[in-house]
Order: sequence, then C-alpha cells, then structure tokens
Amino acid sequence: MNPIYDPEGELTPIGSPEAEADIPEVEGAPAAATRSQVRREQRRVLFRSPGFVIGVGVVGFWVLAAIVPSLFSSIGPKEFSDAGARVSPSADAWFGTDSVGRDVYARVIYGARPILIVAPLATGIAIIAGTLLGLLMGFYRGWVDEVFSRIVEAILSIPVILMAILVVFTFGRSQPVIIGTIAVLFVPAITRTIRSAAISESDLDYVTSAKMRGESGLFIVSREILPNVTGLVVVELTVRLGYAVFTYATLAFLGFVAADLTDADWGIDVSLNYTQIIRDVWWPSIFPALAIATLVIGVNLITDSIDKALKS
Amino acid sequence: MTLEDNPPSSEVVIQDSSTAALAVDDLRLSYTVRGTPREVLRGVTFEVRPGEAYGLVGESGCGKSTTAYAALRYLPSNGQIDGGRVTSVGKELTAMSSRQLRSFRANDASMVFQDPVQAVNPVLKVGRQVAESFEVMGLPKAEAVEAALEALKRVRIASPESVMERYPHQLSGGMLQRVVIAMALACDPTLLVLDEPTTGLDATVEAEVLDLVRDLRSELNSAILLIAHNLGVIRTMCDRVGVMYAGQIVEEGTVEDVFDNPSHPYTVGLLNSIPRQGVRKDDRELFAIPGNLPQIGDPLPTCVYVDRCPIANDECRTEKPPISQRSDGHWTRCHRPDHIDEVPEPVKDFESVEIGSEEVIGVHGVSKTFRQRGNDVPALVSVDLGFAEGETLGLVGESGSGKSTLAKTMLGIHEPDEGGKITLRGRAMKTKATERVEESIRSIQMVFQNPDSALNRSWTVRRILTRSITKLTGLRGAEADHRAVEVAEAMRLSPRHLDMRPRQLSGGLKQRVAIARAFAGDPNVVVCDEPTSALDVSVQAAILNLLANLQRHERTSYLFISHDISVVRYLADRIAVMYVGRIMEIGPVSKIFGETNHPYTEALLSAVPSVDGAAENRIPLTGEIPSPADPPSGCVFHTRCHRAVEGLCEVTEPELRELSDGHSIKCHLTVEQLETPVVLTPANMVG
Amino acid sequence: MLRFILRRLFLALITLAIILVIITLIPNIAPGDPARKIAGGTASPERLIEVNESLGLQDPVSAQLANLATSVFTLDFGESFSVAKGEPVMSLVWSALSNSAKLVGFSLLVMVPLSILGGLVAAYKKDTWIDRTIVNTGLAFSAIPDFVAGVFLLAFLAVPFEFFKVQASAPPGSSALVQAQHLLLPVVAVLMVYFGYIARVTRAGTITALDSDYARTAFMRGLSTREVFRKHIARNALQPTVAVLGTQLGYLFGGMVALEIVFGYQGIGNLIIRAVDRADYPVLRAGVLTVAIIYMIATLAADLLVAYMNPRARANLGEAS
Repeated sequence: MNPIYDPEGELTPIGSPEAEADIPEVEGAPAAATRSQVRREQRRVLFRSPGFVIGVGVVGFWVLAAIVPSLFSSIGPKEFSDAGARVSPSADAWFGTDSVGRDVYARVIYGARPILIVAPLATGIAIIAGTLLGLLMGFYRGWVDEVFSRIVEAILSIPVILMAILVVFTFGRSQPVIIGTIAVLFVPAITRTIRSAAISESDLDYVTSAKMRGESGLFIVSREILPNVTGLVVVELTVRLGYAVFTYATLAFLGFVAADLTDADWGIDVSLNYTQIIRDVWWPSIFPALAIATLVIGVNLITDSIDKALKS
Repeated sequence: MTLEDNPPSSEVVIQDSSTAALAVDDLRLSYTVRGTPREVLRGVTFEVRPGEAYGLVGESGCGKSTTAYAALRYLPSNGQIDGGRVTSVGKELTAMSSRQLRSFRANDASMVFQDPVQAVNPVLKVGRQVAESFEVMGLPKAEAVEAALEALKRVRIASPESVMERYPHQLSGGMLQRVVIAMALACDPTLLVLDEPTTGLDATVEAEVLDLVRDLRSELNSAILLIAHNLGVIRTMCDRVGVMYAGQIVEEGTVEDVFDNPSHPYTVGLLNSIPRQGVRKDDRELFAIPGNLPQIGDPLPTCVYVDRCPIANDECRTEKPPISQRSDGHWTRCHRPDHIDEVPEPVKDFESVEIGSEEVIGVHGVSKTFRQRGNDVPALVSVDLGFAEGETLGLVGESGSGKSTLAKTMLGIHEPDEGGKITLRGRAMKTKATERVEESIRSIQMVFQNPDSALNRSWTVRRILTRSITKLTGLRGAEADHRAVEVAEAMRLSPRHLDMRPRQLSGGLKQRVAIARAFAGDPNVVVCDEPTSALDVSVQAAILNLLANLQRHERTSYLFISHDISVVRYLADRIAVMYVGRIMEIGPVSKIFGETNHPYTEALLSAVPSVDGAAENRIPLTGEIPSPADPPSGCVFHTRCHRAVEGLCEVTEPELRELSDGHSIKCHLTVEQLETPVVLTPANMVG
Repeated sequence: MLRFILRRLFLALITLAIILVIITLIPNIAPGDPARKIAGGTASPERLIEVNESLGLQDPVSAQLANLATSVFTLDFGESFSVAKGEPVMSLVWSALSNSAKLVGFSLLVMVPLSILGGLVAAYKKDTWIDRTIVNTGLAFSAIPDFVAGVFLLAFLAVPFEFFKVQASAPPGSSALVQAQHLLLPVVAVLMVYFGYIARVTRAGTITALDSDYARTAFMRGLSTREVFRKHIARNALQPTVAVLGTQLGYLFGGMVALEIVFGYQGIGNLIIRAVDRADYPVLRAGVLTVAIIYMIATLAADLLVAYMNPRARANLGEAS
C-alpha cells in the first residue's frame, strides 16, 4: 500500500506543490534539472533496466538475422541437409532437420525476414495514420469525430485475426495485402488511445491560449499537442509492434501469408510440423515457435521498459 | 537529540499529557524518497486540550498535514517516526497495537479531509457509509441506520431522509462535506482532526461548513485540530494557533496574541503578505517574504527561518533560537522577538496612476447560450461592462455564476449570442478569436488559474514567449527574441529561465511566465482568472505586486476574477458581482464596501472569514446555486434571498438600476429596505 | 437505469450497422471480380454465376446490405457452399458455437478467479518480489501467440503425460469430466495468454482504489484492512477488470482460431478456417458476424455490470451526450 498520500504534496489541489516562494531578486529554481538532464536521466533508467537490455539484445539479434542471415547460417533455408530427414538436434544440425531433410536452424535464421519486414512496416503505417486521425478527432471533436469513433468501435468489435482472414481471403494472399491489412486493422486501437490523450490535452489551457492568439488548428495539433503525446505514441508504437508480430505469426500459421509454403517463415514452419510432435519429432516446430516467442517477448520487454522510464 | 543540545528550560513542554485530547511531544518524522530519508517534522511539540480548537497554519511543505496524519498514526509506507511521542488522553498512539489503533480511530478520534468528493466511496449510498461509522462502534445494523439519519439531521443537511438514499455524485461539495463531518462525529470523538476542510469550496459554502463546525463544538465534547493555510479560517475558528515552518512550530499562542501581536518574523511576514484591513494597491505594496520556501529534507541552519529573516544577526546564524515566552502561553522560537518591530513594513514607494476616462474595451449586451442535450442553457444574460485604461474590474461570484464564460466570450473562445458586441475603442471586434485581426487579438489576453495547464510543458519559456510575440506583434527571429528577453525582465525572470521548461520552474515563476506571455503583445485588457489561487500566500503577494506594478507602467486594464474578496478589494478599482450569468451589482470598490449592497453581495461579503477577527453578522446563503439550465423565475436570486419580497421578486426580474454615480444593483428593493438590519428567522435561514 | 440500457442498446445497434456495412463493402472494393475472388481462381463459369446469384453480388451495394441485415435479423444466412454443401449455414454455426462456448466457459472458470487473485495479491504486495514475479510472468506469457503456447504445451505436457490430451474434442458421448480433461490444455493456453493482462488490470484498479481518499477515510474510521477491501475497495477496483473481460469475451470466442486448429477443436474459429479453405463465403461471413455479435453482447453485459457497480458510470452514460 504505497504512498497513500503524496508526502511532498501537502495541500495544493491544483498543479504541483509550491516548492519555492519566489521573489524577484531570487534566481529562480535552484534544484531543477535541465531538460537534457531529464532526458539523460530517463535514458539512464532505460539502459540500466535489465528488461530493456535483454529486449534490445534479442530483437537486435533477430533484426541482424533478417538483414544478413548468411552471417549466422552457411546453409540456405531450402537446401537439403546431408544428415537426412527428421534427424534430432546434433552437432551437425543444431536444431535437427525437418521431415524433408532441411536444416531447422537455417530455416529459423532465414525465417526472421518475412516477419520483420511485415510487422514494422504495418506498425509504421498504422501509427502514422492512427496518430494523425486520433489527434484530429480529439482536437476538433464534432460530428466527424462521432462518426469515426463509431467506425473505430465497430472494427474493434471483431478480432483482428478474423477480420484479417476475411480481408486476405477476398484481396488475395500477398505481402503488400498482409501489410496493408494489419496496418488498417491496427489503426482503430491507436486512434482510440491517441484521441483520448488529445482530448485531455485540448482541455488544457495552453490550447485555449493558442486559440486565443489565433493559431490555426493545424499548428495547435502539430506543434502544441503532438510534442506532449509523443511519449504515448512511442509506447503505442512498441505495443503495436508486438501485436503485429503476433498477428503475422498467427496468419502465417493459418497459411494466409504466402503462396510459396517452402519459404522459410516461422509461423508456416510451425504449422507444417507441429502435428509431428506427438510422434516425438518436436524440433521442427518447437524451434520456430521459440523464435516467435523470443521476438514477441523481446519487443514487450522494450515496451515495458520505455513505458516505465517515461513514467519515472 | 541530547539534553546538552537543548536544555529543557528552553523547550516547549507538554503540560498535561494525561488529559490532553492530543499531545504531540518532540515528534520527528521523515519520508524515504529514493533511498534517502528526508526530514519532514523536526521536533514538533504541541497539545490540544479537551474541548479546545487548535489551529496549525503554514505554507506548503511545512509539515502541517503530516502532523495531522500523525495525530491518528497514519503514515505513508515510506514514512517513519524518528522520535517523539503522540498521546491522546494519556494513551500513547505510537505504542498501540493495530487492534488498539483501530478501536482508537473508531471511538476516540476522527478525521475530515480536504476534498469531500474524494473522501466518500462513489459506489455506496450515503446512508450506508454513514451507518458504517456507527457499525464499527458495535451498533447493530438497524440501529446504525437510525443513528445515521440522526447524524445527518445533526449536520443540518437538507432533507436527510432522501440524502440517505443518494449516491455521492448526486450531492454538491458542500453537502458532501456535511456528510463527511456527520461520519466523523459519529463516535462523538475526543479529537476531531480537520485537514483543510474548506479548501476548494466556495466562500459561501465554506462559511456554512465553518458555522456548522462552530455550532457542533458547543454540542459535543470534541477537541479540534484544524489544519489550514487560510489565516482567516484559523482566526475565526480556533482558540490557539501554532505557526509551522519547515517542520517546526515557530510561534504558538492564542489566536489573538499571535495574529495581533505576532512575535516571529515569519508570522509577521505571513500576515503582511495578505491584503488586510481594506488595504488597496494605491496604498502600498504587499509584503513578499524574500527567499524560497525550504524543500522537504533540506538541511537547515540553526534557525529554520534565518535565511529569509530581515532581522537576523550573527547570533541567529550560530545559535539555535530559544523559546521566548511573550506572555502567558504565547511563545516564539526566535532570538530577537523584541526587535520584531524592525521587520520592514511595506511602504508606498510609487505614484498612484489615474485611471483613464475613455472606454478601451466594451462588452455590450453580451449573452451566451449553450445548447446541452437539446436544451438552451443561458450561461450569460445580457452583460454590459466597460474597461477604462489602467482600470481593474474585479469579478466575483460563486462557482457556476458565469465568470469564466464571460472571460472566454470576451476572448473569442465562445461566440456570444446574436446581438452582443465586444468593442475595442468603440469599434466592434469579430466574435471569434480565429477571425479577429491581429490588433484585436493582441488587445485582449488572458492569465489562467493554473500555470501547469496554461503553459505547454514541452516548450521552453523562450519559445512560449517568442511565439506569442510573433503572433501578436509580427516581430520575428532576433527581434522577437529580444522582445522576449525584455518582457521576461519586466516580469523579473532572469535570462536563464528562458531556456527552461515549465516543469523546472516553481509555481510562482510559472505564473510569471504566463503573465509575460499575456503581456507579450502589449495588450489593452488582460483577463486574470484566479491567477493566484493555486499559490501560497507569500508567492501570491509577489504576483499581486507584479500585476499592480505592470498596470501602473503599461496602463493595462484587468478583468480580475477571484473568489478571494480581500484580494479583489486590494487590486480592483471597480467590482462586478455575478450570479447565474447576470451582473447583480457593479460599482467602485469604495461603494461596494461602503454603501448599500445587493442582498447577494451582502451575503457574499459577510461570508469571508477575516484574519482581523472582527466577526460580523453573517448572512447565511443556504441551498445550492441554481443551475443556469433552469433559472428561477423573476429575480434569479429570490430562492436564496434573505430580503425577498413575496409576490414581487419571484414574478418579475428587476432591472439593473443606478444607486449612485457608477454604482448599480439589480434589485427591486429600495435603499431604505436594503439598509434595514436583517432579522434572521428560521424561515429565511433554511431557505 | 432503463434510460441507460436503451441508450447502450442504441449504440450497439449502430455498431452492428457499421459492421454490416464493412462486411458488405469488403468483396465490392476488392480489385477484380468479387465472385472470382470468393469462389477461388479455378472456379468454373457456372460456379461463378452460382456464387453471384446466391450472394447477390450483382445487386447494388445497398441491396446487398439490406440482404445481409435481413440475414442477421432472421438468423438465416442461406446454405453452405462447400463445408457441408446444402446445409443451412446457421446450423453449422450453432454447433461450432456450442463447442466454442464450452471452451470459453471452462477457460473463464479457470482464468477469471486466478487472474483476479493474482492481480489483488500483486497490488497488495506492491513492489515486492511477489508483485514483480506475478507481473513479469504474466507479461512474458501474454506476449506469446496462443498457438505457440499450444505447441509448447503439446510438446511438454501432452507427449510425456498420458493425462493431457492432444485432441481437445472428447469422443462423442463422453462424460463432462472427460470432456473437461480433453479441454485442459487449450484452457491452460488461454490462461497463459490472458493471466498477465487481466491480473495487470486488476492490479492497477486495486492500487488506485487503495490510494484513494475514501479508502483512507475507511481506514481512519477504524476498519480493518480486510473490511476496507471487502466493503470499499473490491467494487471500485474490479470495475476495469469487468470492462476488460467484456471486451475480451468476444476475442475468446473468435480470436483463438489458431489454438483451435492446434488442438483440433471444432469451434467457431475452426469453422471459419474450414470455410476459407473450401472457399465457402457464406459460412465465413456468418462466422465473423457471429463473433462480432457475441462481442457486442459481451461488452453490453460488461457495461451493464459496471453500471450496476458504479452509479456514476450509470449517470454519465445514461444522460451525457
């Protein structure tokens, strides 16, 4: 039951406690940190947190694997291993080989690429659109906001996976369609978060003050409000990135992502091989599954640390 | 602390801890913040005798609330007691088991918090919660419910039966504070702790609550510990007072002794920083205590006040001040109480400036009707106001009376209804800020109540100022920057503040930035919406001085909105009183405070707790302020008026009529009728 | 309260209308011939005509929309193309739905008490190792996709231990206990996915309530910690949890597609996937709509429950704009 009341806030109901009586002759705030100090302190908190370091390490590894897989594996994902098919993990084939004799380790390394192309791109598009929409809706309100809010609620009422299945089914399975679908389906959630932040910002007097000096709506949204919600946008970005990885992996598992099922892709590999688990051939599915798990957990660790650092 | 450090003779001693409702003896307490303990209370000693009302007064961070919580042994998890004892009627709280402590809280002591809205559980009916206070004392459910109803009747709440069945959000703040007091009094406590019980309530509601507490004192045996930053509240409510500073009591005595013959330089400073005895901006400046309030945990010198004390000498810097007895029961922790007269009094060191005669900004027949759920809500009803050059118009009224709506309509945030005009030197301005020409926009600017909300927290002070300068004057680049430095200097901000962000500044400095921004474009009128209500009194004094000073130099007019009548009286030249969107009275300060008033003004003025102790006959304003969505018929004030004439006031709405030159009221009654002393019958008291 | 319910129902209807519009629009805005998209690239011309007719794809969009709306209100989505040719779509949906309901019901039974308990304990032990363990495990598990959790469970529980079943569907005619035994692994997977989320929400709600002035007042009144929890904190602290459970219920029904596949469970998600595999658009559409409607009912129920718990929420939603 931690601070039941704020020890430093004795009576002020509004704003921060008066730490300092101020008098003309006095040189302002003695103990206050400068902006860069605050930033540095936040960064220090971030880099000191084990969650962040591990998260960055794991995600960094996969990003590197996606860019230059040959760095980690001399065998290609579609090559057949000399060891033969269904060989359990050994020194020759670290992660064993699958039912047709391809090296599971190589497939895991090469499988990082599709997921790490789709997830960041989809998230990037979604965050830009969602932030823009959320800010405008939250600032302008009115009937346009009403209508969009209803649409947002409606889209949110169908699980992303189902909606994605429906869209991919009608639009066809290809990477651009997948990216576009995930992006569009993520916009509502981002919009909702940013909109509510924009509404509370718009209620603050600095926005009133800007209106009073005749600033345009665009200026207020982009220069006054946006800088105050960037922290939230960053958190939302990493949260959605985690979900995008999640969503792409699931779509791949369900067979919605690519025409060529021989491509190295974690989700596809899990789906092709998991039925063999009951025959004790666990490695062709468990290793890609582990890869998915580490990537998502890595992203979430980063999200969580950033969130905490911003709040500290 | 050893005996050698502090010989007992020079320390305050508890006289009789076995009977005192509360005896706090040399209490030391600290909070651990990021691993380091920070001292909050540095040896606090006082006692509250049975049946007595004891006040603790001081500015933020002085430790008064912490002391209040300690009185019921309530500590945050990061707080620890480093020494001292707290006893109540001989029982030592610091040694109680948790079971004993619960029983003590249930039967012997109660506490009332600042914000009644937060202090009640939003999901439970009021009756249930009040009954619970009786159940913890062992009463069976049915009896507890009966007792709860009785308790609500005792706090004189309107229709207690229906209140029992209501949820907290259906009651007003004033009603909820009554409910909270009813709960606190359930056990007929030996000790009742009130922590800022009226902060945040309207003056009229505050007066009601204070009246209630005062009346109940005579019925109950409770001793009261009242925590407040408002000196007037302490003066009117308490027998004795302790003045706290930096975790210590620096002066103690009866309220008369302490407020009439202050003997500690800090007490003197506090009293001089508030406008008293009708002092006005033309008379003298307010006294602003030099230096900064100490932060919690700061290492302190020998005397906690030495750095800010105008009469400190070498002894003060080397020796801890002893307790000096001034008279029986009145002591001060000061080396030089006999030199207290040397504390400089603020004097008039400026020329008064005449108010211009030409109207700069005019508000003519402005109404504002909001549409809410298909209903028309008239928030402003044909308001007429004019501002002469260099004039301050004070605007007072309870919350919800339309003060802020008027301000925002003038500024073009709200668009007035058809027919209303806002003029600049006689020419009508566009009603929307976005459509106004630069000249109109710069002519009228605003200072907000809460600088944290008013300043963009991700902008530097420099950017905040230059943007306004560019937008309002057209200056750009280096020119704008030069002007920003100039404006900041006029606010006595130093250049290094320009590169800071709001969160790095104290509340007072932030408010200076907000004022600087308003003055960036050399405005004709600045609307000040409660600019000092979030600040401590010594900071408030500095801000009020600044505003008065700027006005003398820049010939700016102010629309000064405040709930604090003494502050308005200090700064204003004319005062307008608003009620349910209408101006009920308007006139020069001298006439508002010296002539016949509108009955509403009369009630408002009588509600102010005065630090000078001259308690006047208070006119109670019962009931709630009517909603503008459903205004009463006839005169909107008739439902709460102590002078209402049946058959007239509820039928026709009076016109604003001039009583004397520049002084008008919106009332049917004649001056003679208004001057008859009002007889408070039970009928007009209940309202 | 009546006013609140009516208003909330009205909002739900608007949401439903928008969903219908979106679902009608999707095949119409897709590039190319919608019928060919729906029937699959290799479909014969006769088949295309058949698809066009049965879905009314040549009609104006407004007519298609009206058609779909009628389907929803009469609960008649026509006949299945291919999953079970000629059978009414709704009978397929009903049977899948009843299976899903079993899985969801059992999951809720396990997950809700455990997660709420976890959240309460974490809040009460805030900033201790217990709190950190609960929060961090929850965080790690809830990040993992459901099918990945399912595959792990297969490998590490179902294969070594006979007790855990690979197939979530029990043989026909099994007792409730045996059915539950078969459902155990997917339920554990659901628990893994949701525990962290629900526990976090509960924790945050509880901490807020514990820090509130009314809790402080209650302590000051002499109540014990347990009494304060029971009488004052629980109802306030659990409001966000109830709201979140409402929104997640729809996801539980429809979002666990991959998990149903892993454990071969014939729920609504599985039905949708089969519909996709066999290009059975009516079944696909009806499945998705069913999930959306369940989501709406669940959030409606949660909102009503929160309103019951909190008179202020009731007032706000009933009266405000």
